[in-house]
Amino acid sequence: MELFLDIASWILMSLGGVFVFIGGLGALRMPDLYTRMHAAGITDSIAPILIIPGLMLQAGLTLASVKLLAILVFLLLTGPTASNALASAALLAGNRSEQVKSTAVPESEE
Amino acid sequence: MTVIFGFFLLTLLLITAVAIVQSQNLFVSVMLSGMFSLLLAVNFFLLDAADVALTEAAVGAGISTVLLLSALAITAKHEKAPSSSRVGALIIVIIATLVLIYATLGNPQFADPNAPVHQHVAPWYLDKTAEAIDIPNVVTAVLGSFRGYDTLGEVFVVFTAGIGVLFLLGTQPGPFAQSNPFKLTDPKGLRHYLIPRVVGRMLIPFILLFGLYVQFHGEYGPGGGFQAGALIAAAIILFALLEGENSALKVIPRSVLIGLIAGGALLYGVVGLFGIFLGSNFLDYSVLSSNPVKGQQMGLLIIEAGVGITVTGVLLSIFHAFAARGKF
Amino acid sequence: MYYVVTFALIITMALALTRAILGPSVYDRVLAVNMLGTKTVLLLSVIAFLMGRPDFLDLALAYALINFIGVFAVLEFFRNRAAKQPEEKP
Repeated sequence: MELFLDIASWILMSLGGVFVFIGGLGALRMPDLYTRMHAAGITDSIAPILIIPGLMLQAGLTLASVKLLAILVFLLLTGPTASNALASAALLAGNRSEQVKSTAVPESEE
Repeated sequence: MTVIFGFFLLTLLLITAVAIVQSQNLFVSVMLSGMFSLLLAVNFFLLDAADVALTEAAVGAGISTVLLLSALAITAKHEKAPSSSRVGALIIVIIATLVLIYATLGNPQFADPNAPVHQHVAPWYLDKTAEAIDIPNVVTAVLGSFRGYDTLGEVFVVFTAGIGVLFLLGTQPGPFAQSNPFKLTDPKGLRHYLIPRVVGRMLIPFILLFGLYVQFHGEYGPGGGFQAGALIAAAIILFALLEGENSALKVIPRSVLIGLIAGGALLYGVVGLFGIFLGSNFLDYSVLSSNPVKGQQMGLLIIEAGVGITVTGVLLSIFHAFAARGKF
Repeated sequence: MYYVVTFALIITMALALTRAILGPSVYDRVLAVNMLGTKTVLLLSVIAFLMGRPDFLDLALAYALINFIGVFAVLEFFRNRAAKQPEEKP
């Protein structure tokens, strides 16, 4: 049982590490802001979903697990919200995506 | 292995610092200093200094960015070009660097157990904490009780800094702010942004709760008054960002903030004076209760509350002082 | 076991730092800072286990709770700048 938990936790954390790396690479290599935001979103959402349960399997039923669950919930709440606020700020300042720029875009209401 | 991680993170820290100095755009400098704070906190944590790392986290994560941006809002976008030649400065910096490098030659090796810092008073603190105060977190014991004078000094430094900023920027929105052409026409905060508003409002009680946990759990885990004060101030600054500055001022008016700044420092000092009145030394908490250990714990709890109150008051006052100056 | 994920997180922090220094727009830098913040939360959680001190998770929790305030401040900052743009031009 102990071994099974270790293997499951190892798989979860390694997968999380892979996704973190992919997201980081995407945030560096993607062509414009909104696609980069998409890549960074991978590290904000799927990586905590994988890594933190991996750590929880290690911690077992302790206070640390409760704290990890709280961290996961707050990360999942704040990450997309911060991305939304950032996209709003970028749109507000007239930062348009390269792809969208070619088609006619109505000015935003704000 | 952690040493390698530490070196790698220190390298990143150095790169960030150089980038901050290099950048002419002040907004970029503000963002990079946010990164600097994050990397610094991880470094502190790798060196096992959880209390210091938590302080860096509480102040650096939200508040310093907010305060720097609000300062940036009332200044220019770009750094001024240096007016005079920099040769003299360069020579002084090179000499200072050489002196510092020479000084490091006399330092003990990294993680040397025979270093003076581990031999002088540290073992005494580690021994005495369990006996005299009976709390697990030695850092809180050292800060609050063994070296209570130093922490009292720090609280008054925070107090003086807050007073200084208020002297420079003013506590009330003067006639200048009302007629300020840059004053925002719609001081409603981020009310139009539904998602930030809903999520932000949802998180404010949790931040406050966590702040109180850090405040009163400081004897058992990393934390204490400084960190808790910064967290609680962050919650109220978040409210001010979401609902507009005036709503936040309705929750905690300026007069209350001034009272908090003075009250926290006063509370700390009064606890110290109580020690004298009860027949012992200044800031000796043992006499506060019939049981000296209980007295020490009670004293720590009260002075940490004092520290937290002052820090919250100062940070919020600085935020409102900047906000009253113009926009934000 | 924790080394793999720690290594991936630190490398990603370096990538985010590169993005922050390269820019080109200020929003890329904000994005990089925000990304670095999430990575810091994860890294602090993993290091807490790596060093066998799970009671130090408070730090990661503090970052998870208040790290996004900075992005709100950026949004507010640009909203104000956009609102006063016509008057700013001398």
